[in-house]
Amino acid sequence: MNALLSVDGVSKRFRGLVAVDRVSFEVPEGGIFAVIGPNGAGKTTLFNMVSGVFPPDAGTIAFAGERIDGLPPDRICRRGVGRTFQIVRPFPALSVEDNVIVGALLHRRHVSDARSHAHEVLRRLDLHDKRSQRASSLTLPDRKRLEVARALATDPKLLLLDEVMAGLRPTETDRIVAILKGLNRETGLTILLIEHVMRAVMALASHILVLHHGAAIAEGLPEQVMRERAVIDSYLGVEAIA
Amino acid sequence: MIAALTEGISRRAALLLVALLAALILAPLFAGDYLLTVLILILYFAYIGQAWNIMMGFAGQLSLGHALYVGLGAYTAASLYVHFGIGPWLGLLVAVPVAALAGAFIGFLAFRFRVAGVYFAILTIAVAEFARVGFDHLSWTSGSSGLFLPVKQYAHNDLWLLRGHPAMFYYILLAATVLAVVFCRALLKSRVGYFWLAIREDEEAARSAGIDVFRYKMIAVVISAAMTSFAGVIYAFYYNNLFPEQVFHISRSIEIILGPIVGGIGTLFGPILGAALLTGLAETLTAALAALGIDLPGAKQVFYGICLLLVITTLPDGVWPWVAKRIGLGSRSK
Repeated sequence: MNALLSVDGVSKRFRGLVAVDRVSFEVPEGGIFAVIGPNGAGKTTLFNMVSGVFPPDAGTIAFAGERIDGLPPDRICRRGVGRTFQIVRPFPALSVEDNVIVGALLHRRHVSDARSHAHEVLRRLDLHDKRSQRASSLTLPDRKRLEVARALATDPKLLLLDEVMAGLRPTETDRIVAILKGLNRETGLTILLIEHVMRAVMALASHILVLHHGAAIAEGLPEQVMRERAVIDSYLGVEAIA
Repeated sequence: MIAALTEGISRRAALLLVALLAALILAPLFAGDYLLTVLILILYFAYIGQAWNIMMGFAGQLSLGHALYVGLGAYTAASLYVHFGIGPWLGLLVAVPVAALAGAFIGFLAFRFRVAGVYFAILTIAVAEFARVGFDHLSWTSGSSGLFLPVKQYAHNDLWLLRGHPAMFYYILLAATVLAVVFCRALLKSRVGYFWLAIREDEEAARSAGIDVFRYKMIAVVISAAMTSFAGVIYAFYYNNLFPEQVFHISRSIEIILGPIVGGIGTLFGPILGAALLTGLAETLTAALAALGIDLPGAKQVFYGICLLLVITTLPDGVWPWVAKRIGLGSRSK
């Protein structure tokens, strides 16, 4: 398998604090790659570097064989990296449909084409019935799915999901897991997710990276990583293996 | 093409639109000189409000210096006429690019260096003020003593040189306003329009959805500035005199934005309704105070302020969304 995303020795410092410390990993094309770790481990910082919110202080990031570190977010998105935000940010005054049309217009000239693509995406995310509602009137689970829909409408090759399951009930989590699995299987979409909800991570991820204090402390297949001493001590807790 | 323009307009809305347009076309036949002047003022503000709304209502960029574009349009066309005898329609070919360039300059400074929100608004004021002081000392346009266009009695309306009866200006402004509404509606329904709304709603999220925020904000400023300058050209040839102190003054910029704010920011009809309400209100107050024999300086402004306050506190989204609901047009048919 080829690496769609290669992160190599990436670091980020905020004043004195090292948020991400020489992290390297590769996301294979067609894979679902999860980054886990306790709060403050540097997961979102890592994400923000991949999506272009700020450049890394050291190291390189390559997408589909080309360097993307230092590019602005819109250019990175146009190359095929879609992202969601941990704290959802739909366009509140726009309808659900219009939110997704904005994403769909990235690679489409005509609003009518974008609209039919948006409808497809909305159907996939169980939001088609709510398409004429204002985004601000949606419940949190719906807003989370809308966020995924908008990113998905930009036709990404790689989808970055920043804690899309956080704050959801188990049934809602399972629903998103099923949708993401379907997308991965049917369209070959590569997914990189940050997640705290282990239930979702175990159900989705083909590969896991564990961050702690900005550094990678374990990486590998899920069942392998879950058994590692360092991971249990720093993040999962002893009861997780009981 | 025509189908695309009328798509999404309900029968009821279409009927009301046609009725309104017919009334506006016939109005000069029945209106006296005074009423015609008031109607011209309303259309003037409706048109500029529409242009300002592209920046604020669509793209979310607050300009408090739109008098700059009015002034640049007015001064460019008037100077070309006074100095070289170049008529206003040819003058437009210079005036519009001049204003668009000024808009591009402000936009570039602000958006390149991430000057946003109130700081952007202050920048727009600053450039307008800069122009006011600059034109005060520009001898080519007669500086602070004012630029005057030659006025004589005309036997007939000269549409080419814009010399003639106020009714001519009325129809020009009416056509411009109608075109502006049609143009803005087309923009809103286009790719650019969607990107503007996304930027207005959440700039960072828009950027993450792949939108080149700088580029689309620049497009908004340039279109808005260019449209506004046309009103400036009409202003110059209607009033026949220009003083930097009046044309570029910040109170002029504020006047421009009140209509869309009262009518409803981001809506297509808000700027028009707002202009009609405010101009109507000002004129009614003048007449009412005169009839009551109240001759206190500032009394009109106080009443005007109170009325504005009432409207904005009771209908913070503007009058138009509220009216649209009442007359059964819903919120979607803006």
